[in-house]
Amino acid sequence: MHISEGVLSAPVLVTGAALTVAGVAVGLKKMDYEKIPQVAVLTSAFFVASLIRVPVGPSAVHLVLNGLLGLILGWAAFPAILVGVALQGLLFQFGGLTTLGVNTFIMAMPAILCYYLFGRGIGHKHSGVAMALAFACGFFAILLSSLLLALCLIFTGESFLQAAKVLVLAHLPVMVLEGVVVAFCLAFLMKVKPELLGATHAAG
Amino acid sequence: MHIDNFATGDSLLHRLDPRVKIVVAILFSVVVAVADRYGCLATAVCLALTLLFLARLSLREVFLRLLVVNAFIVFLWLFLPFTYGGEKLFSIGPLDATREGIIYALLITVKSNTIVLALIALLATSPVVTLGHALSHLYVPDKLIHLLFFTVRYLQVLHLEYDRLRDAMRIRAFKPGTNVHTYKSFAYLLGMLLIKSFDRADRIRKAMLCRGFHGKYYLLSHFELQRVDMIMLVIMMLLVSGMASLQWIILK
Repeated sequence: MHISEGVLSAPVLVTGAALTVAGVAVGLKKMDYEKIPQVAVLTSAFFVASLIRVPVGPSAVHLVLNGLLGLILGWAAFPAILVGVALQGLLFQFGGLTTLGVNTFIMAMPAILCYYLFGRGIGHKHSGVAMALAFACGFFAILLSSLLLALCLIFTGESFLQAAKVLVLAHLPVMVLEGVVVAFCLAFLMKVKPELLGATHAAG
Repeated sequence: MHIDNFATGDSLLHRLDPRVKIVVAILFSVVVAVADRYGCLATAVCLALTLLFLARLSLREVFLRLLVVNAFIVFLWLFLPFTYGGEKLFSIGPLDATREGIIYALLITVKSNTIVLALIALLATSPVVTLGHALSHLYVPDKLIHLLFFTVRYLQVLHLEYDRLRDAMRIRAFKPGTNVHTYKSFAYLLGMLLIKSFDRADRIRKAMLCRGFHGKYYLLSHFELQRVDMIMLVIMMLLVSGMASLQWIILK
């Protein structure tokens, strides 16, 4: 989920950058030095996971996993996603310098919201409820990200309206897929290593 | 996983001080991203191509990178010519393509590719760790730099871990398809990857505590601006300000 360089207008780019600077500042403040290795290793894990190609019908998509990242890292998701986006730019030339802020915000903002909305719910003792909430978390994160992406395009120019609508619709299967993957993954984590979901919260 | 593909080499740009490259890359991207005058963009294209030539990278590799990057641009081409409004040029069924729409889409394509080319020539020619080091000299917060260093350090380690898990699945005859079994297997793979990283992070933290880590990462080597760095900085700054003046001052 990246907007290329040279597409967005200056006001959108500046707003995105400012919001990302603010979010990253909060994230860094809440993350003490002790937690850096943990956040970093999990960031690399998510980076690696985002390279997996998951088949959906005739095509394949990459997982974004920002909802799950938010649940596990809390506010540290902001700097983590910034580093992830920057690395994608540096290593694969996806996104770039001027869009760094916008692209980070598009993915990090939903992550933080998921942390607040679903953070408590995923530990629900009824496993059906917990799984439904986990699905909602994965689904909602991508929905919100694609809406933010569409808004960036629409604020740049009216002529992007159609493209923006199609972008959101095209992300529908990804939303469902992410919901399913996050639901199964959280069920697995709750069984095997529940402390993973609590540990970083304490810091965030 | 191969990282730093373009970073090996011995061209002028590979040897240039990374701080100079970062500063120029930022200014160049910003000017091109907001520019819409042809004079400015033509200069930018020339400058980007010159930088690419100076970096002496494999043009085939660069071209392959560009193809991937242009996926989003191709997507925009499906819409912009028809939704921009203006003088009608031709129509496909009920859709009218306008001259202005095509020019706008072309403008975006040129801007996007020019920036990416310059970024490949300037930034991809330094290893990520060196860039992180340079960023710490450019007043980027310490914690962010540490996060970047650690993430890069463990990227390859975790990718190997992922390969191992993936091999284990392959041995058990796992074939991805569009079904719940596939998604469940990928979810468990992801879960396992997270657990392994979490445990590894704990070992790293303990190892660092044993070695007396208290939140400071000492950088042993420091950059020194050579004369060639200064000359290149001045030349490139002049060119970028030339671009900016073509955009905002001349022809107004």
